[in-house]
Amino acid sequence: MRHLLGTPQLSRDEAIQILDTAAQMAATQEREVRKLPTLRGKTVVNLFFEDSTRTRISFEAAAKRLSADVINFAAKGSSVSKGESLKDTALTLQAMGADAVVVRHWASGAPQQLAEADWMHGHVINAGDGTHQHPTQALLDAFTARRHLVADPDGKGLDGLKIGIVGDILHSRVARSNVWLLTTLGAEVVFVAPPTLVPVGIDGWPVTVHHGLDEAIEAHDLDALMMLRVQRERMTGGGSAFFPSPEEYTRLFGLDADRLGRLPEHAIVMHPGPMNRGLEISAEAADSPRSVIVEQVANGVAVRMAVLYLLLAGEESAA
Amino acid sequence: MTGTLLGAPDISRALTRIAHEILERNDGADSVVLLGIPTRGLPLAERIARKISEVEDGFDASARCGALDITMYRDDLHKQPIRSIGTTSVPSVGIDDQVVVLVDDVLHTGRTIRAALDAIKDLGRPRAVQLAVLVDRGHRELPIRADFVGKNLPTSRSERVDVHLTEIEGEDAVILTNGRGGDDA
Repeated sequence: MRHLLGTPQLSRDEAIQILDTAAQMAATQEREVRKLPTLRGKTVVNLFFEDSTRTRISFEAAAKRLSADVINFAAKGSSVSKGESLKDTALTLQAMGADAVVVRHWASGAPQQLAEADWMHGHVINAGDGTHQHPTQALLDAFTARRHLVADPDGKGLDGLKIGIVGDILHSRVARSNVWLLTTLGAEVVFVAPPTLVPVGIDGWPVTVHHGLDEAIEAHDLDALMMLRVQRERMTGGGSAFFPSPEEYTRLFGLDADRLGRLPEHAIVMHPGPMNRGLEISAEAADSPRSVIVEQVANGVAVRMAVLYLLLAGEESAA
Repeated sequence: MTGTLLGAPDISRALTRIAHEILERNDGADSVVLLGIPTRGLPLAERIARKISEVEDGFDASARCGALDITMYRDDLHKQPIRSIGTTSVPSVGIDDQVVVLVDDVLHTGRTIRAALDAIKDLGRPRAVQLAVLVDRGHRELPIRADFVGKNLPTSRSERVDVHLTEIEGEDAVILTNGRGGDDA
């Protein structure tokens, strides 16, 4: 593995290797001294063209726990806002000796362009591009689900599990990353969304689609439910509304205590954060013992440590 | 002198002697904790712990034996393909103020042990660290020596020492072959 651009490119073996490595990384994070010397002397650049404090600090923590040097490069207030192209930014990073570039970009495909053009030698990790992919989020979701739902998880996938993803599938790179990774790992994916928030061309995806949360809970024994964030301002009002009102969305797609109670007893609730309490998830559901939302954050650091280790620790290939 | 140098009875006798030497050196086993370095150090540590528990009442072999994976502390990571990371499990008593006996199969350059000492430092502060190995084959590259040695085997650098254990390979044997480049244990 030279870059991590998206989940469709990951083989089952590669995905399981990342999850197994993440489990060992997570174990080191329970020690008194949580820092490991593994990536001493390596430089990781966080290149963020879009604000995302959570993802950035998660990558930053992961790199620092492995003793890599971290440079944060935010587009706002930098040379990028003065009109610098992606190419010139990449050449700058190359000149600074970046061994890995963690890139978040508003344009789908920007990380791939960075990886495939011959601008720099560093490894590229996609930290979210447009409405395309966010592979480390899907990996941390899979890691969290495997930890809770698979006995003796080392070396195993998610075979036979049913995982529901609820909300704005249309704009969600989290959903797009998860559907391929979860399927590769042997799970079955169920989408729950209003018809207006289901992407065109979904017929080719390995998913079942429902247009109401009650119906989906009825039809499947869901092992995990992943609630996506609803961008309130984007969704209602004007000619571009995707649903009539937030209240109606909550009534049809929100997870509350009642719906939580109708899930199988072992089922877990996930959310990539930040949550809109009262919109896609009620406070009761978010704070219930079956919610693993806070744990997802900790697992995110372990998964990103694993990805950095697997990309950066081995011998430099000529590729 | 290639071929099988130690068989199952030899290995068993060597480990029994090491177990007794550990007890003698530390006036019993009250504060002894064994940490095996995966892959083959781990079953060896477990066997030594069992042998100690046979002669020392109150020594709980499973509670005083753990695993120490040193992959993330190696100094040659960038020269090799990616290695998968093994499990580290610290015994329930912890390692603070204990006498930690590191256990590995072959002592060669000493670099694995150097990495293990770094790993231990991140887990706690033992009162002392001692080293037990089944085979010492020489060719040290660092100032490190073993406290307890099953068998000293003078080798040339080009030879290969392979330890086979029942738990992993299905047989107990130490085998010397003419290989190209030594292993780095």
